[in-house]
Amino acid sequence: MTRDADQAVACTRLVYAFGETTAVDGLDLTVAKGEVFGLLGPNGAGKTTAIRCITTLLPVPARMVRVFGRDAAKDAMAVRRLLGYVPQQLSADASLTGRENVALFARVFDVPRKERAERVGQALTAVDLTDAADRLAGTYSGGMVRRLELAQALVSAPRLLILDEPTIGLDPIARTGVWEHINAVRAATGMTVLVTTHYMDEADQYCDRVGLMHHGRIRALGTPAELREGLGERRRAAGAAATDPLPTLEDVFRDIAGSGLDEKSGDFRDVRSTRRTANRVG
Amino acid sequence: MSEAPAAPRTASADRAREEGIGLLVQPPRPRAGWRVLPARVLAMCAVELQKLRHDRTELYTRAVQPALWLLIFGQTFTRIKAIPTQGIPYVDYLAPGIIAQSAMFIAIFYGIQIIWERDAGILNKLLVTPTPRSALITGKAFAAGVKSLIQAVVVIVIAALLGVALTWNPLKLLGVAAVVVLGSAFFSCLSMTIAGVVLSRDRLMGFGQAITMPLFFGSNALYPVSVMPGWLQAVSKVNPLSYQVDALRGLLLGTPDHLALDFAVLLVAAALGIAAASSLLGRLAR
Ligand SMILES: Nc1ncnc2c1ncn2[C@@H]1O[C@H](COP(=O)(O)OP(=O)(O)OP(=O)(O)O)[C@@H](O)[C@H]1O
Ligand SMILES: [Mg+2]
Repeated sequence: MTRDADQAVACTRLVYAFGETTAVDGLDLTVAKGEVFGLLGPNGAGKTTAIRCITTLLPVPARMVRVFGRDAAKDAMAVRRLLGYVPQQLSADASLTGRENVALFARVFDVPRKERAERVGQALTAVDLTDAADRLAGTYSGGMVRRLELAQALVSAPRLLILDEPTIGLDPIARTGVWEHINAVRAATGMTVLVTTHYMDEADQYCDRVGLMHHGRIRALGTPAELREGLGERRRAAGAAATDPLPTLEDVFRDIAGSGLDEKSGDFRDVRSTRRTANRVG
Repeated sequence: MSEAPAAPRTASADRAREEGIGLLVQPPRPRAGWRVLPARVLAMCAVELQKLRHDRTELYTRAVQPALWLLIFGQTFTRIKAIPTQGIPYVDYLAPGIIAQSAMFIAIFYGIQIIWERDAGILNKLLVTPTPRSALITGKAFAAGVKSLIQAVVVIVIAALLGVALTWNPLKLLGVAAVVVLGSAFFSCLSMTIAGVVLSRDRLMGFGQAITMPLFFGSNALYPVSVMPGWLQAVSKVNPLSYQVDALRGLLLGTPDHLALDFAVLLVAAALGIAAASSLLGRLAR
């Protein structure tokens, strides 16, 4: 049990199917306490589904998913208390101000009234939204909405922050902004971060470890450097010249996921949902 | 069993304090037991009031229809004297029915709203908070009640301006508020239950239209049950709107009523609605 509690997330042979489609197919995944873990993989790999199992949104059998040692099936309420969650799509309430959006989450996480205003203010400070806090969220840019969602997730001081493509559709400056705020809060609070992204440069730069998912399972796991070097070695063993440029994380991704759209990954639905998110940002 | 995750290192806590985000290190102490439900209900109602404060258009546009009903239908039928109303002017008789109707129309909208919140990802985020599904639904049901209550005040004011002789007894008005909230809780849960079954906004719109009119015409809102054909009387007997109107009429106009039965029916209906909608909420999250 104590070992379990050292792991922020532990998925054991996690399976989840939508009817005929097995979205997550025997996923084994552990995220250590305090690390930034990147879940990578092509469209339709099952990243969002895995995350929705971890957040208790999708029902899973007992003993498949644990968060800080607590079973997602048996102790869902306790798991939710430890989580901050930013879903793949932009999800702030446009008809409330930024401050009200954050205050709602302070309320549902039982922040006492006398502390609420200050805590909400601090969450907004942490993501640099103090000046825009009293504007309707409907007037925010995509980058600001993402930071607002971050504030909503942070106001309850989560031990595990789960971000599903937090930087999708954002311009490079907004992307850096989101990451800087994540890292600053992480440095200050020591929380664990589980993130998915399609941007390999981000994964390389900000993640302590990454797992590459394909067809519902982890196909490669390690620090970004380990994965890059591993591919380089395999290529040299296969006869590549030592002078060839070192592989990037993107090369690792292509190596595992294959290139182009095969039948199972990246079907219309996935691409469409990704586009929708991007549109909502724009 | 597993103990709570260790508190963060003190070094980082110090850093957080320096950066002015010291509170974000300490998770809030959880409420437990019976305290959770009222807290969540308050949170949902607060959101509803905040939204109304930012945009009052809906309040005004929704006042148009009841005003027209009272003004045109009420005034005309008062002259015709076609409907037996036990000696009170028809517009007086109609006013409680229109209060119940406008509250129901507001409440029926909540199913569409919850699907919209699902599509927008807002519902998913709320479901990942320590909020039991039944508390979330109860919160929404009472939020619908709060919104309907404000609408009811508007209709009562319009009715008073049209010369309807309503009670100003504060106790009875409190009863009116309770009836409006309970009725809205039921109708919002009815619509959220259908949302949990059909799962899509378009289909729900169709359902909403298909049920609101029969609920309205199959009740005593416009005419007494005694003038209905037998089959419609049966509909009216199982229609919570009839009990709501009966209670409102009794409280506001002092007509003979069955308050104990009315309240009992509305309470049971609201409780069943909350149970049904909560059990289907998970389907919306998938
Ligand atoms: N609600 C659903 N109903 C049916 N099938 C679904 C549902 N959600 C996801 N799927 C399917 O499950 C598979 C995995 O989807 P998932 O969204 O987890 O992928 P992902 O790795 O997050 O992709 P992306 O990078 O595009 O976000 C896909 O084949 C998808 O079509
Ligand atoms: Mg996804």
